[in-house]
Order: sequence, then C-alpha cells, then structure tokens
Amino acid sequence: MTALLSITGVTAFYGAVQALRGVDLEVGKGEIVALIGSNGAGKSTLMMSIFGAPRVRDGKILFDGQDITHMPTHEIARLSIAQSPEGRRIFSRMTVYENLQMGAAVAGYAGFEANLEKVFAIFPRLKERLKQRGGTLSGGEQQMLAIARALMSNPKLLLLDEPSLGLAPLVCKQIFETVKRLNEQEGLSVFLVEQDAHHALKLAHRAYVLVNGAVTMSGRGADLLRDPKVRAAYLEGGAH
Amino acid sequence: MPAERFVRALREAGWATLVVAGLSFPIIAYRAEPDFNNLLALQPRWPLFWQFCAAAFLLRFLLAFWSGDETKAKAPREKNWPKLPWLGPLALVFLTIYPLAVVALLGPQAALKWVDTYGVQILIYVLLGWGLNITVGLAGLLDLGYAAFYAVGAYAYALLAPATGLGFWALLPVCGLLAAFWGFCIGFPILRLRGDYLAIVTLAFAEIVRIVLINWDVVTHGEAGLFGFPGLNFFGLPFIPGPRGFAAHFGLPFQGIQKQIFLYYLVLVLALLANLVSLRLRRLPLGRAWEALREDEIACRALGLDTRNIKLTAFALGAFFAGIAGCLFALRQGFVSPSAFTFSESALILAIVVLGGGGSQLGVAVAAVFLVGASELLRELTFLKSVFGENFDPAQYRMLLVGLAMVAMMNFRPRGLVSTRAPTIKLGATS
Repeated sequence: MTALLSITGVTAFYGAVQALRGVDLEVGKGEIVALIGSNGAGKSTLMMSIFGAPRVRDGKILFDGQDITHMPTHEIARLSIAQSPEGRRIFSRMTVYENLQMGAAVAGYAGFEANLEKVFAIFPRLKERLKQRGGTLSGGEQQMLAIARALMSNPKLLLLDEPSLGLAPLVCKQIFETVKRLNEQEGLSVFLVEQDAHHALKLAHRAYVLVNGAVTMSGRGADLLRDPKVRAAYLEGGAH
Repeated sequence: MPAERFVRALREAGWATLVVAGLSFPIIAYRAEPDFNNLLALQPRWPLFWQFCAAAFLLRFLLAFWSGDETKAKAPREKNWPKLPWLGPLALVFLTIYPLAVVALLGPQAALKWVDTYGVQILIYVLLGWGLNITVGLAGLLDLGYAAFYAVGAYAYALLAPATGLGFWALLPVCGLLAAFWGFCIGFPILRLRGDYLAIVTLAFAEIVRIVLINWDVVTHGEAGLFGFPGLNFFGLPFIPGPRGFAAHFGLPFQGIQKQIFLYYLVLVLALLANLVSLRLRRLPLGRAWEALREDEIACRALGLDTRNIKLTAFALGAFFAGIAGCLFALRQGFVSPSAFTFSESALILAIVVLGGGGSQLGVAVAAVFLVGASELLRELTFLKSVFGENFDPAQYRMLLVGLAMVAMMNFRPRGLVSTRAPTIKLGATS
C-alpha cells in the first residue's frame, strides 16, 4: 500500500508551548486511519497543521509524493485534500445549497451537478433541506453538510475532525457508517480524528494513539481495540 | 392589579429619573462659557436640568404603565416585511421623475434645494452606503474609516482636475481607482487582524488621512481646502450662461438648476451601477466567498479559499465606490476641505449600513434616506423657534435622530431594517 499522506517528525508550537513532539504518521491509499487521544493531546493541532495552520516547525508532510509542508493553506486545499473541520463550521446564514457551492469553490463548477447528485445519494437528507439555512439544521444534519461540503471538491483524502462531537449516539453511528461506505465504495482515504475511541477504532483499518503531542502506540484498529492499555485509558471511562 | 402596576411603573420611573439626573448633571446643570476675561465661567441651568428629569420621569412612567406585564413571555416581535416585488421598480420610477416633478411643481428657484440637498446629497450617501455594505455587510470586515476613501476620491478630483486638464468623465474612474488603490495598500498589512482590531486600525488610517490633508499645506491648502477646480459639464458643454453653455446649445433658457439635475441623474446612474455590481457579485463565486468569509473564516480556508485575496477585493471594491462618491461630492460642493471627512462621517455611513441591516441593498437605501433626509428636514423646522425661542436651532438635534433610530432599531428590529438575507440562488421545482 502506498502512502497518500505521510507525516514525518512533525513538531508544532503555540507560542512557546510545544503541541506536537515529532509525530510520524501515514495514511495509505484507500485506508481509514484514526487518531485517538484525550483532550489536549494535539489531535486537532496535527489535523490543522496538515493544512498549514499552525505551521509545523520541523518535519515534513508529503501528500501524494508532493511536499506540502510550507505550502499556503488555500493551495493545500486545492490538492484534493478536503477537510471537515472541528465543530463543523458550516456557513450558518447561507443555505445548504450555497454551502455545497462553497465546497466546490476549489474544484471549479465544471463537475458541480454530478458531484451534487453524488452527495445527495450519500446524504438524501440534505436534498430535502436544500433551501434551508445551514444554521437551522440539526447537529447531525450539520455534520452531514460539513462532510458533504468537503466531498464537493472531489477529494482523494478526507480529513475528519471529531465528527461525533455533540451528536446523539444513533446519529453518530450513522455518520460512521457513511464514512465506511464512502471508503468501501469510492475508495476514499480517510484520516479521522476522534475522541470516541471505541467507534473510531472499530471503523479504522489502522489507528494511532496520541499522548502529549507524541504517538505512543499504533497498529490495526481491531488490535488496539483489544489492547489492555488502550482499553484502560480510552475505552473504560479513563480508569488507569 | 392596576395599583400594583402603578407602583411598579412609579418605581421604574424613579430609577430612570435618577439615571438621567446623574448623566445630565455634569453636562446640563452647568454650562462652561468664556466670560469677558476669556476665562471659563460656570453658568447654572437648573430649570433645564429639572425639565429633563421631569420629562424622563413622565416618559418612563407612561411607558412602564402601558407596556403591560414584563414578567410574561411575549411572542417575538420581529416579523419579516411582506415581500414587495414592485417596491424596487416603483422607487426607480419615482427617483427618475423626482427632479423634473419638483421643478414643475415649485419652479426652478425653489426646487434647487430639493434637487440638490435632498436629491443629490442623499443619493451620494446611498452610494456610500452600498459601497460600505460590500466591506461590512457582505464580507463582514468592520471598517470605521470609510471616510478616508471618500476623502481620497474628493481630493483626487480637486487636485487632478486643474493639474491634468481632464474632465470629470476621465477622472471619475481615476478617483475610484485611486481610492481602491489605497484600500488595497491599507488592506495588505491589516487584513490579518480580526474584528475589533481591524476596526481600530481603519479608524486610525482615516485619522492619518485627515491629518495629512490638514498639514500638507503645499498640496492640500490645509484647513482652507481646495476650491475653484473645474466643475461639472455636460459631455463637454459647461453649465454657464452664454453661447458656449449647455442651455444655449440646446436652445433652453439658462437656469442654475440644470447643473444640479444633471448631477442628480449622474449620481443616480452611478448608485444604481454600484447596486447592480453588488447584486451581480453576490451571485458569483467572489461574492459568495465574501459572505462565506463573514460567516466563518477558518472554514473558508479549509475549503481552499484564499482569504487574503477575498478580503482585499472586498476592501478595495468598497473603497472604489467611496472614491466615486468622493468625486461626486467634490463636483456637488465645488469645495473640499478636511472637515468634511471626519470620523462622524465614517460613523454616519456605518450607521446607514447597520441600520439598513448589513447585506441588504434596499435596507441600506432606506436607512440613508431616513438618516440624511431627516437630519436635513430638521433644518426646515424653523417654526419651532416660535415655541422654543429665537436661539433654538433644530439642526443641532440631528445626532439625537441617529440615537433615536438606533434605539428604535434595537427595540423593534434588532437585526436591521431588512434583516433577512435572500439566498443568491432561486431553486426551481426540481428540489
């Protein structure tokens, strides 16, 4: 399996505070890779630093063989990496349709209609809500919209930051199933950052555990799920 | 129940009176005036102070007494305006025949004020409002120094017209481009700032422009300002009496108002053009990117939008229209000085945009008509002198109107006159 995204020795700082301490990570083509860890471990920082904000201080980020470590954020977004950011960040005063249009801003409007149909096939709910303002959607629908918006740019790699945040377990499950389907049917590679370790590990082919800005464990999702240390720290109420 | 309500209203009125008394004590009870030795002497004005307190008490009491029970939940008061698709065309027809109708009704002499002050001036503010609406309403960049770009346009015309010998047709776009250029220059370093920080820097920039205009005597003639630059002409025909003028060429009798009417239509066309550009741009990717930027900057970046360029275009295009408005201002006044471009000017334009409900074209136009028109109308209320005495100048109370408008807005339409944002795309039956 060739690596689509490879991160080597990445460090990042917020002022004097070191958030990432030399992270090595790889996402292969057609793979779902999960990154789990507790609050403040640096999961979202790593995700954002792939997009260049915050900029990494040392290390290298390659996407599809291309060095994107020092590329401006908007140019990285043009390389068929799409992001569904933490907290969803949909445009709440714009309609669902306009939100989806914004997602296609990078890919251009050539394949817009086809992409739209594709997205509706994945999230039929959005088609019903097309004229509604983003802010009036339910949390789950907003998350669907955030993913759909990211998919509008025809990405090879989807970065998903905390898709389960603030969602009911059932909705959450739905979202994860959709991600799985996207991966199986479209061959989409997914890099998932998630606090809900149980679901994330079940979904992912491989996973990494991030503690204090460094990867402490990695392996197949199913293996980590059975690992006693992971179970103790992330799956059983954090009882050490 | 009425007794209880009476007591509560009394209590509220008491508090309101205390607040008013505290606020007005230093500014109303004593007035500092220079005496013969040019020293400041305190002049007591206690009767006026008591009048204010009494008025506050009475108003608050009546309001509290009639407004009913505050403890019960009320249905939201804000309703959407009914959709009035004929309103735009109707306004357009009215604006087109307005100057001619006024001349026909009042005669060319009396109509001058109505065409110039109420027509041209208000339309310039509408143009300014629509320009600032791009920056503030659409892109969400709070610009407190919009008057700076207005000044750049006005001074560009006043300085370049005599220096280059070019007519205003050539200089009009130049004024706009120069203002846009400055918008671009100031935009580059400061667009990394957010929200209130951006606002402060734009405010400072406007002050810098004004102070440069005051102190760069050699070029700008300081506070004295610039005048005597070439005025308006009708495609090369000046508005002067005599054989070479506009009137003689078309076989009309010469009248001073012809120039104002032409300027009126010029401003009207340019304002409509600004409106058209805003409306078109909102449907294009650039305009939608502005709105997305206002909603969420981080999401924009995650979607691969170059936020810097988007902000710069919004800033520069807003400044462009201010430059055009500045040029028109110079043509209207025939005189430009730094005192026309103070912070209160920026604040007025911003008030127009905010009152109109950011992002709405019609709301901004209505707000401009109200804020500028009403404060001009105050000058007309000379009959009030017979009530309040000879020294009463109603025009001094214009800021009170702005305040009243803002309070009324907060109370009745907290998101601006026209607060609903129309989707840029109408979807057909397919969905």
